[in-house]
Amino acid sequence: MRYAFFSLALSLLAGPLAAFELEERVLFDSPGEGPTLRILSTTDIGLMRPVIEAFLEENPEISIDYHAASSTEVMLALTEEAAEFDVAISSAMDLQVRLANDGYAQDHRSDATRGLPEWARWHDQVFGFTLEPATIVLSRDDFEGMDLPQTRQDLIALLRDNPEQFEGRIGTYDVRTSGLGYLFATQDARTSETYWRLSEVMGGMQARLYCCSDDMIGDVASGEIAMAYNVLGSYADARTDLHEDIHIIRPEDFTTVMMRTAVIPETAQAPDAAGLFVDHLIESSWAQENSSFSFLGVTPQGLAQSASLRPIQLGPGLLVYLDRLKRRQFLEEWSAALVQQPE
Amino acid sequence: MSIFRAGTGSIRRRLTLQLLASAALLAVVLFVIVFNFARQIGAESQDRVLAASAASILEATAVQSGEIVIDIPYFAFSMLDNANDDRVFYQIAQDGEVLTGYDDLQTARGPGSAPNFATVAFRGEVLRVVTQTRRLSSDGRPVNVTVTVGQTRDAQAEVLNRISRMAVALGIGFFVVSALLAILAGRVTAESLSRLAASVSRRGPEDLRPVVADVPAEMRPLVRSLNAMIARLSGAFNRTEDFIAEAAHRVRTPLATVRAHAENTLRRVDREENRDSLREMIRAIDESSRAAGQLLDHAMVSLRVDQLELHPVDLHSLTRELADKLAPVAEMRDMDIRLNRMAGAEVMGDAILIQNALRNVLENAIKYSPADTAIDIDLQVRDHRAYVSIRDQGPGFRPGEASTLTGRFTRGENAAGTIGSGLGLTIADEVARAHNGQIEMTNNTEGPGACVTLSFPLR
Repeated sequence: MRYAFFSLALSLLAGPLAAFELEERVLFDSPGEGPTLRILSTTDIGLMRPVIEAFLEENPEISIDYHAASSTEVMLALTEEAAEFDVAISSAMDLQVRLANDGYAQDHRSDATRGLPEWARWHDQVFGFTLEPATIVLSRDDFEGMDLPQTRQDLIALLRDNPEQFEGRIGTYDVRTSGLGYLFATQDARTSETYWRLSEVMGGMQARLYCCSDDMIGDVASGEIAMAYNVLGSYADARTDLHEDIHIIRPEDFTTVMMRTAVIPETAQAPDAAGLFVDHLIESSWAQENSSFSFLGVTPQGLAQSASLRPIQLGPGLLVYLDRLKRRQFLEEWSAALVQQPE
Repeated sequence: MSIFRAGTGSIRRRLTLQLLASAALLAVVLFVIVFNFARQIGAESQDRVLAASAASILEATAVQSGEIVIDIPYFAFSMLDNANDDRVFYQIAQDGEVLTGYDDLQTARGPGSAPNFATVAFRGEVLRVVTQTRRLSSDGRPVNVTVTVGQTRDAQAEVLNRISRMAVALGIGFFVVSALLAILAGRVTAESLSRLAASVSRRGPEDLRPVVADVPAEMRPLVRSLNAMIARLSGAFNRTEDFIAEAAHRVRTPLATVRAHAENTLRRVDREENRDSLREMIRAIDESSRAAGQLLDHAMVSLRVDQLELHPVDLHSLTRELADKLAPVAEMRDMDIRLNRMAGAEVMGDAILIQNALRNVLENAIKYSPADTAIDIDLQVRDHRAYVSIRDQGPGFRPGEASTLTGRFTRGENAAGTIGSGLGLTIADEVARAHNGQIEMTNNTEGPGACVTLSFPLR
């Protein structure tokens, strides 16, 4: 390995260094004289490592200081804290749009960004580089010999018909704590009323609430729960070791597709290197065959495979659900539907 | 030398320039109108969308158990999305207290509940904002909910840019088309003028018919005046011709009568001194008769030369006929007119004028030669010209005199004692020159006498 990696424990970073909470920090130190690219990301380093290594391969003079944090912390760091980062990568499209809308991002234009479809970039500031569908993950054991539900309607019928089998064995995001869960839930609610019916049904069966897709996938694979709703498909796809235990369903009525987005913050110290890195993210997602990427990239053909894929639109519409009042209302309704029993 | 005063310019150029200037002015006016119109439309359409957005938020505002509940619809902001990704800011306030949104966003103030619009600066951007208020009732108390939605104006600027580019293209296109039309109009106008000019200048000098060219109404007075002038000119020519003919008749007849009487009287008078007086009288009468004849000839020649009509003239037969005609006059002085080498030659010209010229030369020869001599006439063709030479055996020209004799009323030194007006050679010279010909006066190299040669280009 040409680079020295420093995986630093959270505790090391606590204290005066940063007021926002970091989950992980990895330094890809290059012997070159080039700038150090500070990346703040919601994506686990494990998933990003191959992409970063490919980038360093091409740009050996650049060092990368990779910080992982939750989407809320990413937002906080860049707005309230005015922390200096060169690239912000997040799955929370709404927060990224808000960053750009509120003027915390800077423009970046290149051949790569111009190659992006119109719907995958906003204001030359927010660039989508992955297509990650929200899927339903089912346990193979539980659905042995059963018709797999292909739509939400199927799922509702199935749950209603087999309450004893699924009671307490359904998982979904706790949208109160997970930004991505909230994004998926609001988009579902916007797309179809079926979401609320499904939520009612899941809530009636004491659905278990999760913070992260990985946990849900793990629990479905282990048989802890029978199914999980709105699991990040890219994570499920990446867990090839578990594919013998799970089915990954993209609902046919509609499949919400999240784009992982990159933003170059206003405060970037190395905007040129940041631009190179963003271009690399976009371009490496195009090279599907020998890709080091575990994600489906944003390509004009990316959506052609199925008419039910609905990418979340980058745009001011996303600001609506970030509104304080709107969020409070949504959460109230969501809690009423899903949590039901007082906590 | 130009007879036209400078500075009057060309109608075509002036007309074209005036049309071009007005086309350019119109193009600029067109651009300004389209541009302003586009700006207004653009601003209005943005205002409308902003107002619709604010209205949709107010629409979703309600009072639930004494509390203001605002369920911002997704489309309230998504309707503001556009190709230029304009940024959106909003603020919702209850009785002046901000409930949600961007606290520091400036609102558009104004009277009434109708949407108010303003252009404000916010975080380094220029925003168009709309502020709309809705009055609700909460527990019997009136509550004012104010919604302000703002948007950057990139899309509008872009549209305006595109439209102004289009307006520029439109203006330029308009100008180009107008310019082509202007040039065309200038050309058409100038053409009808030059058509008239061509139809006037194309006609021969003898053609004094009225101009009937098809001209625009504005040029008809000009054509009418031109035709009136032509009519007057034609009348003047006719009268002059009539006058010359009349004058010749009126002068010659009484002179002939007087001469006849004088000769009769001479025969009857015996006293030598009376006879001398009578002879002197006859001589004077001859002189005036000849002078009058030549003056009238000259007038006629001048007139015909001015409006020369060219026809094929057989110089050979013309010369022959003239020799025959003057043979009796020569015989009276026992002179012989000899036609020597007579080539065949045809020239373009006025037969009457050429005959007149030759007759004057021949008459001079007869007049200035001693009796009992011969006059030799040759017609030769050389270098595409016909040469008619008339040689006498008279005194010839004095050296250096030849060139002056073609002046009016100039007579040779040797002419004293001979009747003459001094117009003969003048006429011959004028005729020769009118026909692109020449008159050459020399003395014979062998023996005495003069040689006058008239040359004309062959047909």
